[in-house]
Amino acid sequence: MKLLSLASMALMAATALPAMAQVSDEKVKIGILNDQSGVYADFGGKWSYEAAKMAVEDYGGKVLDKPIEVITADHQNKPDIASNIARQWYDTEEVDAIMELTTSSVALAVQGISTEKKKINIVTGAATTELTGAQCSPYGFHWAYDTHALAVGTGGALVEQGGDTWFFLTADYAFGYSLEEQTGNFAKSKGGTVVGAVRHPLATPDFSSFLLQAQASGAKVIGLANAGLDTANAIKQAAEFGIVAGGQRLAALLFTLAEVHGLGLDAAQGLTLTEGFYWDRDDQSRAFARRYFERTNRMPNMVHAGTYSAVTQYLKAIDKAGTDETEAVAKELHEMPVNDLFAANGKVGQNGRMIHDMYLMQVKTPDESKEPWDYYDVLATIPGDEAYIKPSESGCPLVTQ
Amino acid sequence: MTMIFGIPIQALLGQLLVGLINGSFYAMLSLGLAIIFGLLRVINFAHGAQYMLGAFVGYLLLAHFGIGYWPALILVPLIVGLASMIVERLALSRLYDVDPLYGLLFTFGLALVIEGAFRYFYGVSGQVYTPPSQLSGGTNLGFMFLPNYRGWVVVASLIVCLGTWLLIEKTRLGAYLRAATENPILVQAFGVNVPLLLTLTYGIGSALAGLAGIMAAPVYQVSPLMGSNLIIVVFAVVVVGGMGSILGAIVTGYMLGLAEGLTKVFYPEASNIVIFVIMAIVLLVRPAGLFGRDA
Repeated sequence: MKLLSLASMALMAATALPAMAQVSDEKVKIGILNDQSGVYADFGGKWSYEAAKMAVEDYGGKVLDKPIEVITADHQNKPDIASNIARQWYDTEEVDAIMELTTSSVALAVQGISTEKKKINIVTGAATTELTGAQCSPYGFHWAYDTHALAVGTGGALVEQGGDTWFFLTADYAFGYSLEEQTGNFAKSKGGTVVGAVRHPLATPDFSSFLLQAQASGAKVIGLANAGLDTANAIKQAAEFGIVAGGQRLAALLFTLAEVHGLGLDAAQGLTLTEGFYWDRDDQSRAFARRYFERTNRMPNMVHAGTYSAVTQYLKAIDKAGTDETEAVAKELHEMPVNDLFAANGKVGQNGRMIHDMYLMQVKTPDESKEPWDYYDVLATIPGDEAYIKPSESGCPLVTQ
Repeated sequence: MTMIFGIPIQALLGQLLVGLINGSFYAMLSLGLAIIFGLLRVINFAHGAQYMLGAFVGYLLLAHFGIGYWPALILVPLIVGLASMIVERLALSRLYDVDPLYGLLFTFGLALVIEGAFRYFYGVSGQVYTPPSQLSGGTNLGFMFLPNYRGWVVVASLIVCLGTWLLIEKTRLGAYLRAATENPILVQAFGVNVPLLLTLTYGIGSALAGLAGIMAAPVYQVSPLMGSNLIIVVFAVVVVGGMGSILGAIVTGYMLGLAEGLTKVFYPEASNIVIFVIMAIVLLVRPAGLFGRDA
């Protein structure tokens, strides 16, 4: 009798299990891995960590009745350091997903590890289209923006305004190449030409030498295929060398609200740029941004808002799948539409690309700006299908035609 | 147009001038380092932070007290110098008797603390410091457009370097300083206050970093990272020039600025390592540095 009841209990337990929520190690743990001390520390940095924590709090702190924890680390823009942290997180600290991953070289390295370990990673901070192209992963997602969207946005706008000859100042790593190539190709497809390019090392304080070469090239547009503090320094020094006054235009290909704030409107006014988010767009984004401001004393850019969106969507996917098991969550992430303060009717392609609208902005003049952080005029909305490469054309081997 | 190695000579002249401007900063910074190392035997890793501090003090003076660039040129080195002298009195002076490694570790830690504090309060994107109205705009030299401010930087740094060199090599105070490092006990026996001299030396070296900082503020973003981006290069300059050699630091500063400028024309990808390649070669051929005395 005793044996029978034991057996039936075991049977009950066994049949009940699949229906019950499955969360590995009784906790969902999200790691925010990015640059927190280098040139991209304002672009993403600890501000992304705050956004992720905010997303978890707004979600109620629990998913499937299990607690959610967010941890963070500084990868110093070095792929080797990032890889070590990622392995440690996955192997010994029970991290379920890594997000943010500013710097393309780092994101590619960590996405490789995530694929190998069968873990989800959602990139919001890095730009290269390789992440959803040749090096795509069944568990890898690319959320906020990419080099193609920036090229279509800023490149397209300037070519239309007559900027048909380009010279590039390019950061000497994967992201810079990708941005230069795609913007160049886009300009060429619209009848423009690329007259030259110069590659500079990451974190260069002085751009004068490169700017002189750009000036001598006579190109109508100088494309800054770099990011963060590098772009800010280049713009500041371009003004010093009379480049804009001399009739050449600057195109900051990756420039966000955080860098505009650092540079100030005096130096940044008139810049054309592309972002996936602007806090002063609608009531929902304003409400979120004001709450974010109370925590951080700064307004979010697309990386911060994108990280909030990615964390929220990941938690929704776990809820819907009823488990935090990677395959099931990845399936939900691929299928669920994204509707939140960051994206309206966003959809995720088979290559992991989250396709959503992008915005072409112009930086206001100091006179036009009514309040702190009132920096952009939204010139145009670029529909997601135009901004991003179609999954079928991305070169990602996972996409079935 | 005349060409050299496929580059128009006009463009090359422009690049050389830009190299000279960067060299001016290298020279001013490595000069301070060389003085501190030469006289105190302290490897001052806080030099980059003191340079950053100079730029930030200038920015804060302008933002909060409305004190402009010209008074700041005097005030900033004084403030940075005084703050450094306090640090020297309270902490660094206690490390002179132990292995030089401790001084290095202390100043390195200090640099991390200062940078971390500024990063916490100001973020990394930096602040903007506009050049004084007298020096805004630029002059067309025919071969390039030279911002007036950068022209001023070259002139000012030459004056500062020459002045410091004269102070150390040609004045009574300089003679005391040099004597105090050669044989502190004997100098003290003559009634000279050696600890005070050492404090003063650290103050002067740090003030030079602060001065370079305020001069750099209108050119670069005033960011907590500006020092750490530069400090390693400046160390390489001091090593190439010969540790402790003041003349060596000045000449090498300008030379490496030019070498870097040329690299940016011919092979820009290598521009951040060319100085270290030169350093490696110099160390192989002349381990004491170009201007160093063989120990």
